Amino acid sequence: MTTFKDMDWKPMALVPVLALAALPAIGSPSTWLTLTVAGLAMGMIVFIIASGLTLVFGLMDVLNFGHGVFIALGAFVATTVLASMGSYTTSPSLWMNLLALLPAMLVAMAVAGALGLVFERFIIRPVYGMHLKQILITMGGMIIGEEMIKVIWGPEQIPLPLPEGLRGSLLLGDAAVEKYRIVAVLVGAAVFAAMVWTLNRTKVGLLIRAGVQDREMVESLGYRIKRLFVGVFVAGSALAGLGGVMWGLYQQTVTPQMGAQVNVLIFIVIIIGGLGSTLGALIGALLVGLMANYTGFLVPKVALFSNIALMVAILLWRPQGVYPVTSR
Amino acid sequence: MLQRLLSKDLPRSRWLAALLVVLFLGLAFAPFLFPGVKALNVAAKILIFVALVTSFDLLLGYTGIVSFAHTMFFGIGAYGVAIGLSSVEEASWGALLLGVLGALVVSSVLSLLIGLFSLRVRAIFFAMITLAVASAFLTLASQLSDFTGGEDGLTFSVPELLAPGFELSETPLVTPFGEVNLNGKLITYYLVFLSVCAIFLTILRIVNSPFGRVLQAIRENDFRAEALGYRTVIYRTLSNVLSALFATLAGCLLAIWLRYNGPDTSLSFEIMLDILLIVVIGGMGTLYGALIGSVLFVLAQSYLQDLLRLAGEATAGIPVLPALLTPDRWLLWLGVLFVLSVYYFPTGIVGKLRERAVLGKLKGLK
Repeated sequence: MTTFKDMDWKPMALVPVLALAALPAIGSPSTWLTLTVAGLAMGMIVFIIASGLTLVFGLMDVLNFGHGVFIALGAFVATTVLASMGSYTTSPSLWMNLLALLPAMLVAMAVAGALGLVFERFIIRPVYGMHLKQILITMGGMIIGEEMIKVIWGPEQIPLPLPEGLRGSLLLGDAAVEKYRIVAVLVGAAVFAAMVWTLNRTKVGLLIRAGVQDREMVESLGYRIKRLFVGVFVAGSALAGLGGVMWGLYQQTVTPQMGAQVNVLIFIVIIIGGLGSTLGALIGALLVGLMANYTGFLVPKVALFSNIALMVAILLWRPQGVYPVTSR
Repeated sequence: MLQRLLSKDLPRSRWLAALLVVLFLGLAFAPFLFPGVKALNVAAKILIFVALVTSFDLLLGYTGIVSFAHTMFFGIGAYGVAIGLSSVEEASWGALLLGVLGALVVSSVLSLLIGLFSLRVRAIFFAMITLAVASAFLTLASQLSDFTGGEDGLTFSVPELLAPGFELSETPLVTPFGEVNLNGKLITYYLVFLSVCAIFLTILRIVNSPFGRVLQAIRENDFRAEALGYRTVIYRTLSNVLSALFATLAGCLLAIWLRYNGPDTSLSFEIMLDILLIVVIGGMGTLYGALIGSVLFVLAQSYLQDLLRLAGEATAGIPVLPALLTPDRWLLWLGVLFVLSVYYFPTGIVGKLRERAVLGKLKGLK
C-alpha cells in the first residue's frame, strides 16, 4: 500500500474545490446544499455504471459501446419486479420498501449479468484486439438490445415510482434533501467500498489489478486472464444493471433510449478518470454529477456542454485522465 | 480522360464496373426513367447519401478512425441553408450562398477543434468524444428554438429557379415511362446530381493522392507512419476536417432538396447508424462501396419496410413474430444485419467482387 505522502491527492481535491467554487455562483447556501447532495447522488449512480466499463477497458483493451443496454435492461427489469411486489412498495414503512427494492436490484443485476455473459461470448470475443471492429460491433449490439427491450416492454416510457417511504425530503436547516438521494449515496459508497476491498484485499483483485497493468506478464505466470476477463465483464454488466435501477428511480421514468443517453455521461467519466482506474472513475463521476446539477440550475441549456468543457479542462491538465493506469 | 476523371482508381472488376455504369445511368436519368414524386425523392435521397457516405468513408475507411459526429456536420450544413434562407423575406441566391459559407466555416472550426483536441490526446478517445459532442449538439439544436426552430424545424422557400412552381414549359414531357413535369424540382434534382458527382470525384481524387496514401498508411499502422516522418496527428485532423466539410455540403443539398430542416431529418442518431451500415455493407475503404451501399440501403429503407409490414400481417396468428416483423422494428433488423456484416462480410460488396475478379485472373493464368 502507498503511504499518504506518496498518494496523488490533487485529483481528489478537485471534488471539494468544484463544490466550493459553485457556492458563490449559486448564492443561497441551502440551494447549494440541495444541489450538492443531488450531484453526489447522481455521481454515485454514474460511478456504479462506469466502474465496470473502465475495468473492462483496462483489463482487456475492449471498448464497449454497448454498455448502455445493461443500464436500460436493469431499469426495465426493476419496473416489472417492483410492479409485482404490490403492497411492499405502497406501504409507508421504510423497511418494507427496502425489502421490495432489494429483490428488484438483485434480479436486475442477475439478468444484466446473464446478458453480459451472452454479450461477451457472441459480440466481444470474436473481435479481441481490433478497436475499430469493437466499436462497430458493440454499437450494433446496443441497437439490437435496445430494440429487443422495445419488443418486450414496448417503446413508450414507463413510470418507475419510488416506494412510498423513500419519497419526499428531509429538512437540514433550510435545505431540502430528497431521501432517495441519500439512499443513492449510501448504495454508491457501499459498492465503492466492496470494490476497493475486492481489488485490494483478495487474490482475484490482485490478479485484476496486475492484469490491467500488464496483461502478458500475468498470463506468463500461468493465470488464464481471459477467464478473469469474463468474470469482470459479467460483474461490470451486473453493476450497470444495478446502476440502471438506481438511475431509473432517480429519474422516476425509464425509456428504452436511457442506456444510450447515460452512455454519453459514462464515456466522459471514464475519460476524465483515466481508462482502467476505479478511483479515477469515482472522481470523474462525482465531478460530472456535481457539474451537471450546478449548471442545470444556473444555465440549463448548456448542461451537457459543461461536462464536455470539464473533460477538456481535465485532459489539458492530464492528457491520460486523472489517474492513468495502463501504458497502452 | 475517364482514367483521369476517376483518378486512376478503376473498379478493377468487370461486374463492379457494369453495376456502377447501370447505377450511374439510372441516377442520371432517374426523373425520366421513374417519373413520380416518391421515386424522385428516393433518387435524390440516394444522391445525398452518396455524398454523405463517401465523406464518412474518407474518415472510417481510409483513415481508420470512427466518428459519431458526422451527422452533426451534416446537420450544420442543413441548418446553414435553412437559417440563411428563412431569415430573408425573398429567397435569394445570395442568402443561400451565405448560409452554405457560414455552415462551412462553422464545420471547419468545430472539426479542427475536435480533431486537434481528441486526436492529440489519444486516437481511441475520438469515438467517445465525438459521441458526446454530437449528442450535446443535438440537444442544443432542439433547445435553441428561436434560432433553429426547435423540434418543429424550419420550413423555407428556395430561389425561384429551384422552386416547384417554376415551369420550364407548360406541357409535361411525354416519355415511354410516363409524363415528366419540367419544373424547378427537376432543376433542383440536377443541381443535386451534379454537386454529388463533383463531391464524389473530388474525394476520389483526394484518396488517390499522396495525401490519401499517407492516410491509408496511418490506418494500417500509425506507429510506422509516424516513424517514417509523417505527423499522424496533422494528417488525421486534416482528414477529419475534409470529411466534415464534405458532409456539410451534403447537408446543404439535403436542405435545398427538402426545403425544410429539423433535428430528426439531419441530426438524428439514426442517420449516423445508417451511414455506418452503408459504409460497412458497401465496403470500407472503397468509395465505390459507398455508392453501391447507398443505393441498396436507401432502396431497402424506402421499399422493404412495406414488405416488413406485409410479413407482420402474414404472421399475425403466431405469438412472437408479429412484434418482431413490424416497420417499427426496422432498426432491430438493421442492427442484426450490421453485426453480421462486420463478422462475415468485413470487406463489403466491393471487396467481395474484387476478390472474385482477382481469383478469376489467377485461374486464367494457370
